[in-house]
Amino acid sequence: MEKTKSPEESRKLLDKITFDLTRSIVKRDELTHFWYFILIMFAGVGLWGWGIQIRDGLGVTGMRDYVSWGMYIANFVFFVAISLIGFLISSSLHLLKIKWSHPISRVAEQVAIAGVALAGIIIVNDMGRPDRFLNVFLHGRFASPIIWDVTVVTTYLTISVLLYYIPLIPDLALIRDRGGDDIPKWKMQVYKILALGWNGNAEQYKLVYHAMRVLMILIIPVGLSIHTVTSWLFAATLRSGWDTTIFGPYFVAGAFVAGAAAVVILMYAYRVRYKLGEYFENLHFDYMGKLLVFVCLVYLYFNINEFWVPAYKMKTAEGIHLRNLFVGSFAPMFWWTQMTGLIIPIFLMLFKFFRKPLPLAIISVFILIASWLKRYIIVIPTLEHPFLPVQNVPEHFKHYSPTSIEIMITIFSFAAALLIITVLAKMFPVITIWEYAEEKGVNKEILSEPKK
Amino acid sequence: MENKSRRSFVKKLGVSVGAAGLVGGSSLLSSCNQVETTSGDTIKLLTSSGELVEVSKAQLKPADMPNLTEQQKRGRKGLPGRKFVMVIDLSKCRNARECMKGCQKHHQLRPEQHHINVLQMQDAEDTAPYYMPKPCQHCDNPPCTKVCPVNATFKREDGIVLIDNERCIGCRFCIAACPYSARVFNWFEPRDAEKYEGVTYNIEANVPQKKGTISKCLFSADRLRDNKLPTCVSSCPNGVYWFGDQNEDAVTNGTTHETVSFSKLVRDNAAYTLMPELGTKPRVYYLPPKDRAFPFQGEIEDHHS
Repeated sequence: MEKTKSPEESRKLLDKITFDLTRSIVKRDELTHFWYFILIMFAGVGLWGWGIQIRDGLGVTGMRDYVSWGMYIANFVFFVAISLIGFLISSSLHLLKIKWSHPISRVAEQVAIAGVALAGIIIVNDMGRPDRFLNVFLHGRFASPIIWDVTVVTTYLTISVLLYYIPLIPDLALIRDRGGDDIPKWKMQVYKILALGWNGNAEQYKLVYHAMRVLMILIIPVGLSIHTVTSWLFAATLRSGWDTTIFGPYFVAGAFVAGAAAVVILMYAYRVRYKLGEYFENLHFDYMGKLLVFVCLVYLYFNINEFWVPAYKMKTAEGIHLRNLFVGSFAPMFWWTQMTGLIIPIFLMLFKFFRKPLPLAIISVFILIASWLKRYIIVIPTLEHPFLPVQNVPEHFKHYSPTSIEIMITIFSFAAALLIITVLAKMFPVITIWEYAEEKGVNKEILSEPKK
Repeated sequence: MENKSRRSFVKKLGVSVGAAGLVGGSSLLSSCNQVETTSGDTIKLLTSSGELVEVSKAQLKPADMPNLTEQQKRGRKGLPGRKFVMVIDLSKCRNARECMKGCQKHHQLRPEQHHINVLQMQDAEDTAPYYMPKPCQHCDNPPCTKVCPVNATFKREDGIVLIDNERCIGCRFCIAACPYSARVFNWFEPRDAEKYEGVTYNIEANVPQKKGTISKCLFSADRLRDNKLPTCVSSCPNGVYWFGDQNEDAVTNGTTHETVSFSKLVRDNAAYTLMPELGTKPRVYYLPPKDRAFPFQGEIEDHHS
């Protein structure tokens, strides 16, 4: 925290911070419209595809009796994975009293909310009978990992929303009281309601700090569970490639890689689009780059364990699976994910230059693409090689390739996730104003006084 | 044979009761309203506990057909005191595929859907190829029922693993969990969906099939209730299948109708189960493909293409 400033300086500084951080709320130009149009159009096309799927059955996908889980499950795992960054940045680093990550917390929570919400939606899309979704609650059997997953995903979504909303309350009051005249009236109305009559007294701050602390601690076991349980959907089966004990930590480590990359991309987008260079500083990118190197190394370690140990033994079914990944039909994708998702980024990010905003954002895009492909090759190759031969079925039962409907619905899911993030960024400041101002030396009395 | 005679006896009874139900149903019932005491006609009926009784026709009252929930309840419980078991003699299989045809007809399956699939197997490079019919193994430690989130698939007390397609949500976790690839899914509208529209669901045959739900081999549980052998077993022209009750220690051959001791059959012929190392404890036993009655014909399809 910087030295406490004089009230006059503080007010000026707070006005500037508020002005800068509400720019995303105020800004409404051609590009905004275009961006919304693109997202809504793609989401709409995807929904249309979903309609066709409901009418004709899951047969419109490339999935069949042998490869019975496909791209939808890969999407599901991917969305669960990126959502995990919320818990790492806004809880773990906070609790470890690491200061530099504070301005990034809200971005991480945006990713968490969008990711876990879409994970929930996309899994319903994979059901043969989405109309019977309520059976999960009516007839739920607690012995099934799916029930564990439903439980932890909904819990994580709830905690993430609270962890996003509670630190937002003082900000909403701040904008309500000090916001510029250029903020649309209806948004001001929303802030007024959501601020819940906040007036910034010590009692209220105490409550916020207390609630945040409780949530930050609560989210640790829940966050770890959501991806561990998701990995158990695979690890609980007997199939080669899934039947492994390290899937829990392996998935968690992979999730941090994907999520950190997603956060870097968003930070860069906000920095450029809303001119937040002073807030998402080079220092933040530098630290995020270092964090990425660290989580990539952990993930690489798990990858070596996951592939090297069985490859040394080459048990029958395991051997077929591994040969298929290393030199077979999935080899290009496998080596692409290992090289562009782990090895090359780790190497590059060791250099300071590649931890600057633009290079790091580009590397993060590659990491994020590789993360999605990685989920694809976790799900599909295993199913293509069951223990018993695949015979007396049409040729397209033997190899999976996604259909246009699946691609449409996948695009829908990405568009919808970006839509959630965009709406959050356009509605609420992307950095916690009061926390940031306080760290810059503005005291709480100034924060809660009305503008004029 | 004792078993056989009992079966035919029960069969005859079934026919007579069935006929009484059908023919008698409406006419008798309408008549019994009018003639309450006069008629001295009696009819032989089998009670649910298996006793044969004679009752006056005048006392007949309409019985409720088992409604859906009762059928499902009955289907979930299974046949008390039974422990069904199948023995497949690989030395007899010549890939006639009558089992597959019969099964697909009985369970209203599309041509690419197999509750039972005759696979071409070769265990090692130098060993002889052979045909292996593969139904659901009806494991005693079933990996599929464990993972079902809604209890749509379950293990009955008589050993059969069933699926309730009125409850299945179509998550396909059971397909992923089954190491024997025994389960199929209705990716589209099932075969002849219009024809069977409105037909009451029979959980023990899993018909009519439903779009977006799982289907699987059920050992023809509906036929077992009628004391008949499963469709595949009865359809086989080559004597491949033995089927019976482990509690009685008796299995009957579907082709020759010979009944033998189950334990002696599996002991004498070095029977084995598929992938015992997985700990699934299958209820389907295989007799090794030695001294095969029919040579393997044609090319073997690539195992792991």
